[in-house]
Amino acid sequence: MRWGVVVFPGSNDDQDTLWAIEQVLGEPVVRLWHKDADLHGVDVVVLPGGFSYGDYLRCGAMARFSPIMDKVIEFAGRGGLVWGICNGFQVLCEAGLLPGALVRNRDRRFVCAMSYVRVEDNDTPFTRLCRRGEVLRIPIKHGEGCYVADATTLELLERNRQVLLRYVDANGRATSEANPNGSLDNIAGIVNESRNVFGLMPHPEHAVEKWMGSDDGLKFFQSVLAAQRNPGTTDRTAVAPGH
Amino acid sequence: MNWENMVRPVDEYHAIEHGLTPEEFERLCGALGRAPNLVELGVVSVMWSEHCSYKSSRVHLRKLPSTGPRVLQGPGENAGVIDIGDGLAVAFKIESHNHPSYVEPYQGAATGVGGILRDVFTMGARPIAILDSLRFGSFDHPRTRYLVDGVVAGIGGYGNCVGVPTVGGETYFDAGYNANILVNAFTLGVLPANRIFRARAAGVGNPVMYVGSKTGRDGIHGASLLASAEFRGEAEEKRPTVQVGDPFTEKLLLEACLELMEEDVIVAIQDMGAAGLTSSSVEMAARGHTGIWLDLDQVPTRARGMTPYEILLSESQERMLLVARAGCEDRVRDIFAKWDLEAVVVGQVTDDGLFRASYAGREVACLPIALLTDEAPVYERPARPPSDLDVRQQLRLDRIPQPQDWNEVLLRLLDSPNLASKAWIYRQYDCLVRGNTVVGPGSDAAVLRIKGTDKGLVLSVDCNSRYCLQDPYVGAVIAVAEAARNVVCAGGEPIGVTDCLNFGSPEKPEVMWQFVEAIQGIRDACLALQLPVVSGNVSFYNETEGHSIPPTPTIAMVGLLQPVRAFTTQWFKSEGDVIALLGQTREELGASEYLAVIHGQVAGVPPWIDLAVERKVQEVCLRAIREGLLASAHDVSEGGLAVALAECCVTHPEAPLGAVVELPASMRIDALLFGESQSRIVVSLKRRNWPRLRDLAQQLGVPCAMLGEVRGRRLVVHPWIDLECATLREVWANALPRRMEMAESRGEDRTQ
Amino acid sequence: MRKSTAAFAVWPEEESVRARVFVMPKKEVLDPQGKAVARSLQALGFTEVGEVRVGKLIELELQADDRRQAAERTEAMCRKLLANGVIEDFSFEIEE
Repeated sequence: MRWGVVVFPGSNDDQDTLWAIEQVLGEPVVRLWHKDADLHGVDVVVLPGGFSYGDYLRCGAMARFSPIMDKVIEFAGRGGLVWGICNGFQVLCEAGLLPGALVRNRDRRFVCAMSYVRVEDNDTPFTRLCRRGEVLRIPIKHGEGCYVADATTLELLERNRQVLLRYVDANGRATSEANPNGSLDNIAGIVNESRNVFGLMPHPEHAVEKWMGSDDGLKFFQSVLAAQRNPGTTDRTAVAPGH
Repeated sequence: MNWENMVRPVDEYHAIEHGLTPEEFERLCGALGRAPNLVELGVVSVMWSEHCSYKSSRVHLRKLPSTGPRVLQGPGENAGVIDIGDGLAVAFKIESHNHPSYVEPYQGAATGVGGILRDVFTMGARPIAILDSLRFGSFDHPRTRYLVDGVVAGIGGYGNCVGVPTVGGETYFDAGYNANILVNAFTLGVLPANRIFRARAAGVGNPVMYVGSKTGRDGIHGASLLASAEFRGEAEEKRPTVQVGDPFTEKLLLEACLELMEEDVIVAIQDMGAAGLTSSSVEMAARGHTGIWLDLDQVPTRARGMTPYEILLSESQERMLLVARAGCEDRVRDIFAKWDLEAVVVGQVTDDGLFRASYAGREVACLPIALLTDEAPVYERPARPPSDLDVRQQLRLDRIPQPQDWNEVLLRLLDSPNLASKAWIYRQYDCLVRGNTVVGPGSDAAVLRIKGTDKGLVLSVDCNSRYCLQDPYVGAVIAVAEAARNVVCAGGEPIGVTDCLNFGSPEKPEVMWQFVEAIQGIRDACLALQLPVVSGNVSFYNETEGHSIPPTPTIAMVGLLQPVRAFTTQWFKSEGDVIALLGQTREELGASEYLAVIHGQVAGVPPWIDLAVERKVQEVCLRAIREGLLASAHDVSEGGLAVALAECCVTHPEAPLGAVVELPASMRIDALLFGESQSRIVVSLKRRNWPRLRDLAQQLGVPCAMLGEVRGRRLVVHPWIDLECATLREVWANALPRRMEMAESRGEDRTQ
Repeated sequence: MRKSTAAFAVWPEEESVRARVFVMPKKEVLDPQGKAVARSLQALGFTEVGEVRVGKLIELELQADDRRQAAERTEAMCRKLLANGVIEDFSFEIEE
């Protein structure tokens, strides 16, 4: 399976995502240059973390108009897998591929820390190797990761099981203290209605080897790989929700 | 002002306005055989400023050891370079941005980070780590919170955006910095050992190219005024000269430069930092023994009607000057265009040894390069110890009452902002980007892997300025020794030093004495530990209304760790492990945090240190780590043994582990628990490894005592201290957030 | 004063119009900056201060035949890039 990682001006975690795919997952990956309106036949597009266009104006607002984004939107429309991490998530929201928006953290400060997220649904290509209710340790690092959407959108997200990840404490409880940025309903990651576009604020590419403090992030990469190889099955087992 | 007035000769009045002394102006006129014009005066004033010329420090800096088998580039370039084997090298430097950060904390700190990053990537190195050494005033001072908030946000705002991780640092609070904070930023980059780029112009006729942001009126005379003139409580008025950082452009500049360096088109390259176009062009010509000619009409400007004076002295950020190979101009332009940056030919390398600049077809400056650099004034300023030194160094221990409740003393020390957790600060920094961070902030030293090798780098910055205030020589020795000890505790072998020397006005003999003593201390410690000082920075005039800061010679230490998996952290790992102390505890409390926090006194002399002993302690620790004996190693520093043990318990990233130890009561209890005797390391290890560690220590003659073991969830120092780790952790973790967020309780944030 | 001849200085022609675009967080969206400013003002003794909201002012120079055209183009820019309708409202004024 061929992966593509988009490089916008100001992308920073592109190298780390490439490393995770190439060196840890062991899959072929290409860099996709933002000025290049061509996806070079990849099977999955990753929009990496960073500060595209310096996060000036609004995070992701300008990257969304890069020539490559027209192709990404088209690709997503055809059911192609598109995955946005942190700044990539912000770009996907700005592009209208995912609902809602990401705004300044509740306490106005950038936060870099290990976070716990609970997998809310595994019926997607991105989370299929996770169990429902499973708690993963994945670092976050962002200044504008507070997820907001209007009440109707939130209701739809819940109804369609589009919320894939929520910030929780070590015991899996989605408390206010466990919410690092003020995201509504502790939302850390969502998928679109057709379940082929995924955005999350935590950085799975920084949790792919034990020495990094966690390798839980690898599960998302492996899920995508498994989905590509064997589109049918999902692990339906769930762990008890930690409420 | 009409720019044509600028080419008329100036007089002494203008020279004094520009910070030159009458003698310096006389010397300038004598050397030129005429009076300079205003443009030339501007150029000379920045080149002869303390900041660019090191006129008060140069004779002393020469005393520092700067050579060694690993040194590929010593002082005098944008950054020092050290060989780390297998064809790789590291470039690193630390630099101050003190005054700008006091005036405008966010932008001052941000541009400080930007400047040091450029210093490193101009050498051809990919920056992989930032560390910061920060000094703020006391929390009683009304401006401290604002400054902390702004500086931390500025460092994060710049470093995070540019995509270089901030992996460590140190922060202290002391009333001595109330009106003069310190922001020292360190960057390290990795490069091929055989491909170092230098700022040495060569090749007569080669084009001089300008790349990066346009030139605006930012920071005109920032370097000479902000970094050389002491404050007179007029910070607000100085605001307009502060530069604004653009980390996004820096990121593009970084990527474009590194891409360009893959090709053989650059002869020389230098950051336009302090004194901008002037210092970068003059210094490149000086190093290459050439001349340089600039056509100022070609310089991209951001503001309307900029004069030649402004173009030459602007300190707009994110700009570089490079000498390209003739004929490669288009290649340079193409690569920069790919990154949406402009590259313009603005001049030529010449053979006349002159700095010449033209504007509107007319020569507006013509000055000998040598006059601006090697022949700039050098002063050996008078130095004399402060008259009250003897009094300040006296400490009668018999007049210090011993407290009754040692639990309370420990908790009060852990609540001191100097000892407390700095997580409130470093949580605002991306410490992970580029995926090399093995140990991030929160241990004795940061550890980074080098991709594609089994090597690791270990980084630490250190200085105890209270020690330096009480005895600058010993304080500086300890700064070097402790920075090295931190690196050793993480498993690294110290291989190189960069220093940032922050002092008051060198025109005061007492300050000059502090400076000379500190240099001697760094020199002796580096010689004893066989460490070269390969780069550095001097920041004088850190004073306001006559009050100087405590002398602060910050030491940044770089260590090599191979294999990287052999790294060690400071926290206890598993129950049942033996806890031991390397080194000897003496009855000394001078200049300690205990004395300051509990007794409100800064008195006495710093702890005794013997560099031969220090070296042996470090050797035992490093050998033990290499043999795989140790589970943890932690330097005993401010707050002494009790605080070090508490830190070993509570800094574990997940679950704190307790300890039960017993200390022989051989001296005053406060000195035993909280004295800051040097050359001590707390280690923990599997019981089966104990005999081997004891033998190793014995071989080298290092005292090594078993103190107890890792056990439970309490810290018990029999019979004086018995506290829950959870309590210790809460006090230690909340000390900074509590002080920073007094006005804004988190609850209020959630009301909506 | 002599005009700069610098290579990249491009100045708008005399007939350019200035637009001032105000972008504000929507009423229902949390505005942490506004809350912090309100708290600080209160702490400084400006107790009369109630709600504070912090937005953005964007000044643009653009070429346009007339005010109407300038307004149309500015509105299009707001909708496409300058404001995000999910979280922000915008308004603008055109000056000659």
